[in-house]
Amino acid sequence: MSGEAIADLSAGPVCPVPKIEHDTVQLAHGGGGRLTQILIEGLFLDAFRNPALEALHDGAVLSLDGAFRDDTPAGAARLAFSTDSFVIRPLFFPGGNIGSLAVHGTVNDLAMCGARPLALSAAYIVEEGFPMDDLRRIVAAMQAAAQEAGVSIVTGDTKVVDRGKGDGVYVNTAGVGLVPAGVEISPTRARPGDKILVSGALAVHGIAIMSVREGLEFETVLETDSAALNGLVADVLAAAGDAVHVLRDPTRGGVASALNEIAASARLGVRIREAALPVWEDVRGACEILGFDPLYVANEGKCVVVVAPEGAPAALAAMRAHPLGREAVEIGEVVAGPAGRVVMESRIGGERVVDMLSGEQLPRIC
Amino acid sequence: MRFVDEYRSAADAGKLLAAIRHTLSRPWTLMEICGGQTHTLIKSGIDRMLPQTVTLVHGPGCPVCVTPMEMIDRALVIARRPEVVFTSFGDMLRVPGSETDLLTVKSEGGDVRMVYSPLDAVKLAEANPERQVVFFAVGFETTAPANAMAVWRARELGLENFSILCSHVLVPPAMEAILSSPVNRVQAFLAAGHVCAVMGYHEYEPIAERYRVPIVVTGFEPLDLLQGILMAVTALEEGRWGVENQYARSVTRAGLTPAQQRIAEVFEVVDRPWRGIGEIPASGLRLRPDFAAYDAERRFQVGGITARESPDCIAGEVLQGLKRPQQCPAFARTCTPEHPLGAPMVSSEGACAAYFAYGRA
Repeated sequence: MSGEAIADLSAGPVCPVPKIEHDTVQLAHGGGGRLTQILIEGLFLDAFRNPALEALHDGAVLSLDGAFRDDTPAGAARLAFSTDSFVIRPLFFPGGNIGSLAVHGTVNDLAMCGARPLALSAAYIVEEGFPMDDLRRIVAAMQAAAQEAGVSIVTGDTKVVDRGKGDGVYVNTAGVGLVPAGVEISPTRARPGDKILVSGALAVHGIAIMSVREGLEFETVLETDSAALNGLVADVLAAAGDAVHVLRDPTRGGVASALNEIAASARLGVRIREAALPVWEDVRGACEILGFDPLYVANEGKCVVVVAPEGAPAALAAMRAHPLGREAVEIGEVVAGPAGRVVMESRIGGERVVDMLSGEQLPRIC
Repeated sequence: MRFVDEYRSAADAGKLLAAIRHTLSRPWTLMEICGGQTHTLIKSGIDRMLPQTVTLVHGPGCPVCVTPMEMIDRALVIARRPEVVFTSFGDMLRVPGSETDLLTVKSEGGDVRMVYSPLDAVKLAEANPERQVVFFAVGFETTAPANAMAVWRARELGLENFSILCSHVLVPPAMEAILSSPVNRVQAFLAAGHVCAVMGYHEYEPIAERYRVPIVVTGFEPLDLLQGILMAVTALEEGRWGVENQYARSVTRAGLTPAQQRIAEVFEVVDRPWRGIGEIPASGLRLRPDFAAYDAERRFQVGGITARESPDCIAGEVLQGLKRPQQCPAFARTCTPEHPLGAPMVSSEGACAAYFAYGRA
């Protein structure tokens, strides 16, 4: 191993050991934060470039003839299309399993486009030797979740790989949904003064998963918040209509990443208040111990709603009337600038920027 | 949440800020030792709420940042060995050595695992007798008791497949190094509350006397820091020096003696190089000869691996409080948390990472 640091001295004095490019894929490339963004924009978007993909939404919205047109009038119904793969460990966790999560994930991606989910596909990559009973439990959970969300699983695929070449089972779902005439949900519709609402307590899913991973012993069992949000979204749209500008489900990377994406796409700023963030005591406790910021921890049954101020009371009331939105609150608003920046007012009245998560959140030393 | 919310009250913060403003008659420069304190200051916006005449410089109390590059290189060599399960706290995994970091070794097939306690690494060794389990034992006096306990437990269990790569450092010698520097501008310290919870604060009393500085043992919540700052500037304004304890809910003068005993049984004090600062006499811990069998450097013969830091790196000056992260030409340009050029940008306790994450670019 060479002891020499390869520093580019032309840029002036720098710290040692530049490690500028990743030659191999890192776990953080799938973490939902900055590295994921770099991978998507630098590789996938570059290769596949088209207007539907460029929206970089949770799902693509296409006109019913299958084409994407910038000028597709919101007056016409459109098709939403989305896919998501699930590689979660452990496969079974308090409140759900990989199957229920896979259904909720794609249903929610469609709902965040303002779409009514119509049908899903389910694809499995199973490792040889995987217990059939476990597969049955996963499939049963998928059917239950689909039924609850009011969608059917209408097509699928199965592949089996050699023992040791997979990790139990991976599940992929894709889905299509209908965006009703008159509904237009897009970060570009955000306006200064819009209110930012969240449908409930943050960071529950991420901490529930952490709590059952090897090496952490928690006194209480926390269940995932994984749930299908299409019903809640339909209620919000019915109550606040055109005032609803943006919807996001803050999964990987948490609310911080979702708000950063909205701020970047809208070319506007976001201001939130730390004291307004809904975080349960046990989740906060776990985050304090691990050194995690709940703003960056994954949610699977929550949505962020950006709504014009005149529609905010109706949207909030509709969320609170829904079983999945009882703890809905307003956490901040969209502001003119600085563009692309999320600023949080701290509990004691200070301010800080809430950036995209870079890399994975790693528990601290002490 | 109890024991947290009480220390994050906006009303009380306002009172403490008013008291600080009222006390000040001239500018003062304080250093908070611990990276955890740096993060609270910036995360809660205290750095911008304080009167401009109070300058806070960020100390060397980030275990990840001060771990020498050669120790990272040794860790990388060990982690690449096929028989090894290399375990570490999360934030060490992304710190770059000469060529790469532990996460990259993991992505190339090395068995690198994150653990939450060194005792979990001992459990791994117990459960996997055919593998060599190595724990990367870094940190200050805060992590030393648990790391000592892990080695102690491994010996109790008669485990032959457990060892630690030890790069422990101690706070008081680093404070002396800063105070005795001819370019020192630190006039008072906020001592690291958790280090003092273990070690007590009696060892700071001679330093306060010798250098005539106020040292305030300070906690990690926003109100702790504001109160610690108030106590420090009050002492400075009144011309007093000595050790005061803001963090009395956790810290006593004597500290936790059973923890200190276990540290003393397992470790001995050695000279140790600090990344970016250089060698500080009697500033580190290594395993005592009795426990040499648990020393990964010996077991895997990596003690000869050395690495050279670029002489242009300003991480050392940041860690000594001589420069602020933004004064580095690479800060937020070529050096970001995704592509850290130096350790202070990697660790959750690093000053550069704090400035970057909370928008002080």
